[in-house]
Amino acid sequence: MSQSTALPGPGPVAVPPPRRGSVYRGVEGMWSWVAHRITGVLTFFFLFAHVLDTSLVRVSPDTYDRIIETYKNPFVNLLEVGLVGAVLFHALNGIRVTLIDFWSKGTRLQRPMLWVVLAVWVVLMVPGVYFMLQHTVRVMFGGAA
Amino acid sequence: MTLTADTGIGALGDPSGPGPAQLPPIPDGAVMVTVTIQRFNPELDEAPHRESYRIPALPTDRILNLLHYIKWYIDGTLTFRRSCAHGICGSDAMRINGRNRLACKVLVKDVITDKKTEVTVEPIKGLPLEKDLLVDMEPFFEAYRKVQPFLITHSNEPSREWIQSPEDRARFDDTTKCILCAACTTSCPVYWSEDAYVGPAAIVNAHRFIFDSRDQGGQERLEILSDAEGVWRCRTTFNCTDACPRGIEVTKAIQEVKRALMFRRI
Ligand code: SF4
Ligand code: FES
Repeated sequence: MSQSTALPGPGPVAVPPPRRGSVYRGVEGMWSWVAHRITGVLTFFFLFAHVLDTSLVRVSPDTYDRIIETYKNPFVNLLEVGLVGAVLFHALNGIRVTLIDFWSKGTRLQRPMLWVVLAVWVVLMVPGVYFMLQHTVRVMFGGAA
Repeated sequence: MTLTADTGIGALGDPSGPGPAQLPPIPDGAVMVTVTIQRFNPELDEAPHRESYRIPALPTDRILNLLHYIKWYIDGTLTFRRSCAHGICGSDAMRINGRNRLACKVLVKDVITDKKTEVTVEPIKGLPLEKDLLVDMEPFFEAYRKVQPFLITHSNEPSREWIQSPEDRARFDDTTKCILCAACTTSCPVYWSEDAYVGPAAIVNAHRFIFDSRDQGGQERLEILSDAEGVWRCRTTFNCTDACPRGIEVTKAIQEVKRALMFRRI
């Protein structure tokens, strides 16, 4: 019985389902690049919408006011938080990528730099989210926040 | 106490395994490992599928030993490349547990834990799949040849030795270690989508000559690498640096080539 504990006996083992081209288990650098792309595209779409609604003011200030009024709800408030998070990550990681490009020590320090980016992101987002959602929470749940 | 083939060795879900007489004795300290391999036979299959094998292995075995065991004792049609089995020929780059590695350099004990005795082996991505773990390496070598990976001199040969200082030699030491295994190039997300990108390995081998003080073809190579398929495609994801079995700082080499182009300084 000495070995058989390490060696389980016979028996069917579930065959994993077929998969085509599984995802490469990339390193942190790959996922930060993916996140950089996604936050970049999100920011682009925001800017696109933003240019449209702001240019409305030249068409009709009245319509502009009405559109802006529709933004004042909790859902858009959450989107704003998401936007700030996306822009902040994109900006901080952008500095990291620039350093990797132009600083000769950048490639060796890219990983610690990524941790710094994430740490700064969290440190700025926590109070940021608090102040951004303060108003909404007060309106929705009353309370003396 | 020796185990026999009754322990369930063989292809999972295929009870018609080989007779016990064919199997080698199981050494002391062996554990049962489930190896899941992406299989593809172009003559029979429409698409690749996965197959699992339960085989005994020593923790000090290499993943290559597992593949040999399967090929020699369970399914002789399993196809993969290997030559030296000692990490120097660059034949057996494959995706082991999701990351590009040499099958002859990864040990069983590095991929299994007490709870999980499974390992997944897939072919490298981004090159045409031929069979099982075998891919067509030609596009990879084509990119390699493109950067003229040989010493180029225009001046007369020196009458005696070609002296190079230790500092000048150290400048490109890292990139001399490449064994052209393609682990870096096929770990690159840009390479998977843009097959025109020359890829990290070609740049590493260009770097080896661009920064060689004896070489005079640096400008030509920089010219080649600055076009649309060259170094500017690199997005510094560092997958290549992680994948390189020779420990070459691949991304660093690529960045040095980029900077040489930007500042026209070698
Ligand atoms: S640089 Fe490293 S990973 Fe790339 S081909 Fe050469 S040895 Fe393989
Ligand atoms: S078989 Fe030669 S490098 Fe692995």
